[in-house]
Amino acid sequence: MALLEVENLHVYYGNIHALKGISLKVDPGEIVTLIGANGAGKSTTLKTISGLLRPRGGQITLAGEDLSAMSPHGIVAKGVVHVPEGRRIFGRLSVTENLEMGAFTRTDRSGIEADLERVFGMFPRLRERRAQVAGTLSGGEQQMLATGRGLMTRPKVLLLDEPSMGLAPVLVDLIYDSIKEINASGTTILLVEQNAFMALSVASRGYVLQTGEVVLQGSAADLKANEEVRRAYLGG
Amino acid sequence: MERAPVSRYRRPWIAAVQKGLLCGGVAVFLALVGMVETFAGRQIIVGVFSLGLALPVLTAVVAGYQGSQRQAGGVRGAPVVRGALAGAAVGAVVSALVVLGNLVNMRSMFVSASPAMFAALSFGRGTSGIPLVLLGAAAVGAVGAAASFLSAGVRRPLVTALAWTLGVGLFQELLQILLHAEGARSAVRELLFIEDGLSIRGATIVFALSWGSSTVWARRGGAVRQWHGRLPAPRQRVLRLGSLGGAVALLLLVPLAAGPFISQVLVLVGLFALLGLGLNVVVGFAGLLDLGYVAFFAIGAYTLGLLTSVGEYGIVGLSFWAAVPVAVAVSLVAGVLLGVPVLGIRGDYLAIATLGFGEIIRILVLSDFLRPWLGGSQGVLGIPKPMIGGFEFRGPEQLFYLTLVSCALVIFVAMRLRDSRLGRAWMAVREDEDVAEAMGINLVNVKLMAFAMGAAFGGLSGAIFAVMVGSVFPHSFQLLISINVLSLIIVGGMGSMPGVIVGSLFLVGLPELLREFAEYRFLIYGAALVLMMQLRPEGLWPAEALKRELHASEEVGAAAGPEDLAASDRRGGG
Repeated sequence: MALLEVENLHVYYGNIHALKGISLKVDPGEIVTLIGANGAGKSTTLKTISGLLRPRGGQITLAGEDLSAMSPHGIVAKGVVHVPEGRRIFGRLSVTENLEMGAFTRTDRSGIEADLERVFGMFPRLRERRAQVAGTLSGGEQQMLATGRGLMTRPKVLLLDEPSMGLAPVLVDLIYDSIKEINASGTTILLVEQNAFMALSVASRGYVLQTGEVVLQGSAADLKANEEVRRAYLGG
Repeated sequence: MERAPVSRYRRPWIAAVQKGLLCGGVAVFLALVGMVETFAGRQIIVGVFSLGLALPVLTAVVAGYQGSQRQAGGVRGAPVVRGALAGAAVGAVVSALVVLGNLVNMRSMFVSASPAMFAALSFGRGTSGIPLVLLGAAAVGAVGAAASFLSAGVRRPLVTALAWTLGVGLFQELLQILLHAEGARSAVRELLFIEDGLSIRGATIVFALSWGSSTVWARRGGAVRQWHGRLPAPRQRVLRLGSLGGAVALLLLVPLAAGPFISQVLVLVGLFALLGLGLNVVVGFAGLLDLGYVAFFAIGAYTLGLLTSVGEYGIVGLSFWAAVPVAVAVSLVAGVLLGVPVLGIRGDYLAIATLGFGEIIRILVLSDFLRPWLGGSQGVLGIPKPMIGGFEFRGPEQLFYLTLVSCALVIFVAMRLRDSRLGRAWMAVREDEDVAEAMGINLVNVKLMAFAMGAAFGGLSGAIFAVMVGSVFPHSFQLLISINVLSLIIVGGMGSMPGVIVGSLFLVGLPELLREFAEYRFLIYGAALVLMMQLRPEGLWPAEALKRELHASEEVGAAAGPEDLAASDRRGGG
């Protein structure tokens, strides 16, 4: 059974029909990616799954349990966490405080300590700068921090929105290595990207979104080989 | 835009004159609004130096200091000459005003352009005093310029000493009241003051003392701090607790020494500090901009009034102590009720929505509709003073203790809240509402708790206000109170509790003590806020987060100054 399943999802911004019946599923342990152009509805899908937007129709289930009527904090408590686009770290708090904020819903002190160590182990740069004010980190470090903060909720499913946005190629590689590592340790990932090439290189399956609809889906290898995808998103 | 900085560097002389003319404009403005003349009556050193004179002198000092800046190298001493030039420019503008005032009668436009003012500006000599004005201003400007060359070790004690002398002169009324007693205190008063200002002897003593101690501290201060730093932690703790205890003891003694007037001022400071502490929870901790905060002050005051009044509108005639918890609870519920409709509103829109709420409450209590219960514009009268056993909180000296205890209680509660899980959630909401939500924080609960706690503290302040005045009128709950409270939080330092106290002392206490300024209260208030935001945007006693933000930018040494950082943060936070 799929861990996360979205069925026939309809979302509106006022009168604008942003998602026109999207369906997708993510199996346990998978990395699944949503690719597509600007405005295709990728971020909207993530925001709806995490409860920040309300769907007008359709269903979202996590291991069979309906999420679509839950509040955002209820969804976090169920184990779905959203790392928003543009990093959005708490700029005036220190690195450690940012990470602790990620563990806000948890009360298991020792577990939090262990996860903090795990994040620092994954991103040694963050350990070096643990006392530094987060707003003064570089873009790549801020992305690491945002990802690490998401991990601190100890999610079953991590929703990553544009982790490569605005980063230098070498940092994109680093972030993607960490995505693979997070996945390898058992966290299921739904990844939204404009950088289709990178996304398809780590994902097992993908969905191509266009103006609020899924126009294509398949294994990452198939999508990479697909003529249309190559032309539209992979630059030839 | 490109040319301005270049010309400033290439032609420092012209820049100096420009700055002098600008400062001259400020001096003329101060004169024309009447400050120079009004304050001329206010002696700082009797017979020598008045506050009226201090204004143009200070502008000339600033002109000289500014005019001497911005040029490396060049002829030695040139900056001092430039400072003198800038000072002379101030003098020239002021002289021009004197000449103009002698030629035409300006009083139809400027009420304050009286002969007395022109006399004050020209050392009582009219147009023949102009050379003296020019020379004097140039000399003062040169002094201002010279100040920028002194090493910090020399300049700081000097500036400190001048500030102390000016301060003692300004607050002579307060100090004379404090020293108005028999014995040693009276002797000190006679040593320093004659009539309503410092004597020359007094000024010299104050100057010498503060200069001396400042110099000693500059030399030895570091060693003292080191000695303190080397002490074992428990000893440091004892020292800290000791000084805290000393401060509390001093506070407890204040009403006995200071009498009713100063106690009254302090009660007012305390009430505004309570309001500030409450609003600080909403604005400083949770980042929710609330402009209708006065509503809770009003709700607390009216609830207490209705419950305790022995007059026409009193309902049950409860004692103060029984009514206060009710007043706080009613305000708290009102806070939640206000919170519910504005939950989804953010930033500027929230400010406007809450502004509306504040006005609605004031208009409601003023309305004919509720007049049979709330008394309309006549208000609720006959609120008895609180009693404990046989002790009656009769006047300001007794109410001072009530306010002090309330402040201590509220500070304690607010501190515990800040450091709690809820406090951390507030912090997250303040920094980024969306992310806070994505991290699993229940925005509805967290925001409602902020409004509720803020409202409860505001209601407590209102309740004490009601017994202090003995009656409650709609008129007491103007929008201006909300704005004052917000200003004192900003001036003190957003999110900082000591900052609230300091802000309240500055923005509520000072204007009450310096009543000569009453007419110019809002002019000075406005200028102070603008200067504050320019020079010290983090506030007088900033909270940890703000301080760190400034520190961080220093460490990184980035081109962006603290202002840029703060500004970008504010933009980002919307």
